[in-house]
Amino acid sequence: MTTEVERLSLNIEIGGMPIRVYTTDFGFLNLLQNRYAGFVTDSDRAEIEFDVELQQARVADPDADVEVSYHFGRWSLRRGDFLAEWEPDVRRGWIRQTANPYSIDAVLRIVHTLVLAQQGGFLLHSASAIRNGKAFLFAGVSEAGKTTISRLAPPDVTLLTDEISYIRGCGDEYVAFGTPFTGELAKLGENVSAPISTLYLLAKGKENRIDPIAPGEATRSLLSNLLFFAKDEELVQAIFHSAFEFVSRVPVMRLTFVPDARVWELIG
Amino acid sequence: MSKLYMARNPRAAARSLDGEMMIMSGRDSTLFTLNKTATILWQSADGATPLEEIVEKKICAEFEVEPIRALADAEALARELADHEILHISEAPITQQNRTAGEKR
Repeated sequence: MTTEVERLSLNIEIGGMPIRVYTTDFGFLNLLQNRYAGFVTDSDRAEIEFDVELQQARVADPDADVEVSYHFGRWSLRRGDFLAEWEPDVRRGWIRQTANPYSIDAVLRIVHTLVLAQQGGFLLHSASAIRNGKAFLFAGVSEAGKTTISRLAPPDVTLLTDEISYIRGCGDEYVAFGTPFTGELAKLGENVSAPISTLYLLAKGKENRIDPIAPGEATRSLLSNLLFFAKDEELVQAIFHSAFEFVSRVPVMRLTFVPDARVWELIG
Repeated sequence: MSKLYMARNPRAAARSLDGEMMIMSGRDSTLFTLNKTATILWQSADGATPLEEIVEKKICAEFEVEPIRALADAEALARELADHEILHISEAPITQQNRTAGEKR
């Protein structure tokens, strides 16, 4: 006698790229629906499909280094708490993990970086927000002020993310998309997009001011804040050249700020 | 002392911006910003010209630097870039053929 197991799915669309996730676990499906609220669509279109195979809880280290490699037409993604494979040609893959939202979140981030790298885009360690129809990015390492500046945003500002920005080339301009990838603010970005006006490199200081940055420093800072995991020469080349293209088209400035709401008087 | 030859790895990402040469290792994503002398070495790394000759004709001729010191610095840099697979180095001239053979090993 065989038992038919119901196959459940949902579409998680980030940066205009829908990824369909299949599971047989209703509780896990609910967990994903809550985790990605605002980014779950009912579209039939999916650019990639993942089967999630849930495993029993085991000792795992989510802080272990991520390993991303490509062999024989297949990407392999591995960390202490998950194992995943993805075949770009057939747009399908699988993820093995326990029933938690963090592992699949890491897989989605990695997959988006791989797809974006081939399209001239990237994920960037930065907060981003829309004001007056234009997007502004605020990049910096941990403690640079990404969450602080997001928290200080006035009501007319739409927050795209306080942690990881999604950037895609679109014609002659670059567009920032909202992401569900959160930092300390733990608040999902809005699922909207806008052309990028300026990338600000954050620095905390005793006054609010904006200073120009030489192109070389701008490019180095951008490269140091990019999220990229794969040891793949072609993609490293692609993302390297994307950073130069971005700096040639988008103004990059240093934003020194005092942590209070007046900093937003300089933005937009 | 044996001669040292250098050849740029075409799989390293390199770009010049406002006179600054930046190179990223395709293997480990390490980013290098080269100064003027290092940029000369990179641009002269054709696989055929010995490092000693590059240093003598292109670095010592342009910068006030002691030849022995300049060669030692150049060799150290070449070996560091080779460690990141940005340059190929060899004690024999480097052709496309032997570069490919080396990569296959």
